[in-house]
Amino acid sequence: MKQWINQHTQAIRLVFSRMRHNILSTLMICCVMGVALCLPGILYVIVAQLNQLAGDVQSEPQISLFLKLDITPDGISKLDKLLSNQPDIQSHRFVSKDSAWQKLQLSAGAAAGNLEKNPLPDAYFVTPKALDPAAVERLQSQMQQWPGVELAQADASWIKRLYALVGLGKKAILALATLLGFALVAITGNTIRLQILTQREEIEVSKLIGATDRFIRRPFLYAGAIYGLGAGLAAWLLLASVISLFNASIADIAALYSSNFRLDLPDITLIGAMIASAVGLGWIGSFVVVNRSLWQFDHG
Amino acid sequence: MIKFDQVSKRYPGSHEALRGVSFEIQQGELVFVTGHSGAGKSTLLKLMAAIERPTTGTVLIGNQNASKLKPAAIPFMRRKFGLIFQDHKLLYDRNCFENVALPLYINGVTGADAGKRIRAALDKVGLLTREKSMPITLSGGEQQRLAIARAVVSRPSILIADEPTGNLDEKYATEIMSLFYAFQQVGVTVIIASHDAHGINAAQGKVLCLEHGELRA
Repeated sequence: MKQWINQHTQAIRLVFSRMRHNILSTLMICCVMGVALCLPGILYVIVAQLNQLAGDVQSEPQISLFLKLDITPDGISKLDKLLSNQPDIQSHRFVSKDSAWQKLQLSAGAAAGNLEKNPLPDAYFVTPKALDPAAVERLQSQMQQWPGVELAQADASWIKRLYALVGLGKKAILALATLLGFALVAITGNTIRLQILTQREEIEVSKLIGATDRFIRRPFLYAGAIYGLGAGLAAWLLLASVISLFNASIADIAALYSSNFRLDLPDITLIGAMIASAVGLGWIGSFVVVNRSLWQFDHG
Repeated sequence: MIKFDQVSKRYPGSHEALRGVSFEIQQGELVFVTGHSGAGKSTLLKLMAAIERPTTGTVLIGNQNASKLKPAAIPFMRRKFGLIFQDHKLLYDRNCFENVALPLYINGVTGADAGKRIRAALDKVGLLTREKSMPITLSGGEQQRLAIARAVVSRPSILIADEPTGNLDEKYATEIMSLFYAFQQVGVTVIIASHDAHGINAAQGKVLCLEHGELRA
């Protein structure tokens, strides 16, 4: 056990001393990998925030029921009863054609004065209980069938677009993360390959005097994992600085829209997962390359 | 200890480097392998240290058949040997101390314990004062001695040296040879390959003389 710990601490110490000797290139590699890792991170932050934004406005979708112009008061009260009995509806509000006419005249003034008679229908404004766009749409098409309803219009279409956008963003994150994951493996692999080339002699001598493949592999695997760790931390820092940089301007824009939209750093588990996957990818890249090199050593 | 039984080695696309070689080496023996260059001395040593495998025949080291060893077992077999290579194979990117430390690190010995053994080995070859020097600053004889220190630091029971005095002048050569005698005195099996018969006849040791890959009686 003690020997086992010894071998590992020795490998780690060796890796750190090598990195200290090449501190600049080590930092550069970590930064390159960090940038690669931070791109899907930024996209994630934006999409997560949009998702939340979509969640905030979800309670607002409204269905406007425009009634037929020739509807009778009896028909209106029937509709009122239907609306009251509909379990999916949170609230509904009746706006008569006259009050709507008055409102229009007030706001549009002379333009409305040119009209000879009130063109507006009676209307109901319905707030559904359901939150997601699909349910709202279902309710809307159901209402369209009701007697006396000329047009049921859901103003949730932009939310649908937002949802579609968020869905697209999630897919983009996945694709980007996968691609950059490969890039991470490739970058570490190549870095380790170059290190193996410069340490060819040492590996050769070590093998001749009885080093196991495991012994030779160990420092390189640690190096790969440490590059990954460095990249993860660099990505975290980059992400944090990008977010704080953007938040300053976003706050201004959001204020104009009277929204408190802002970008937040992902929570600690996500950051942890990001760093852990970077470590894992670094390890994998190194493992692949070292094994290939060891095979080449053995087979000329 | 070491037993060769009808060992032949043929490199691909080349003549037979060794043909039907049989001999036995006892523990604590001093053995010279001689012969002109290209006679198969280096091949013989490589077969002993499981760096090469015989084409036919068996190589027994201790009680293990080196020719049938699994790849994973080879490193552990090699640790029984202290190897001194013809071209030293020192690592020029680190100092003497670190060069000698390598076999110990491979064996998982580190820290103060390793330090003690490394200095003991350097002391034995007279390089204790040079532990911080880089190998490139050492003379040919000193480099050879450093290689010996590295070979003996993990206290192997068998010491194998390929042309250890090859490029050295008489004074250094005698120095190196007396080092090997000293190791044999304390029970280490010492096997030395050398192309010049000079200085060997005087020694009390077994001589394996190779000629065109065959052992001359």
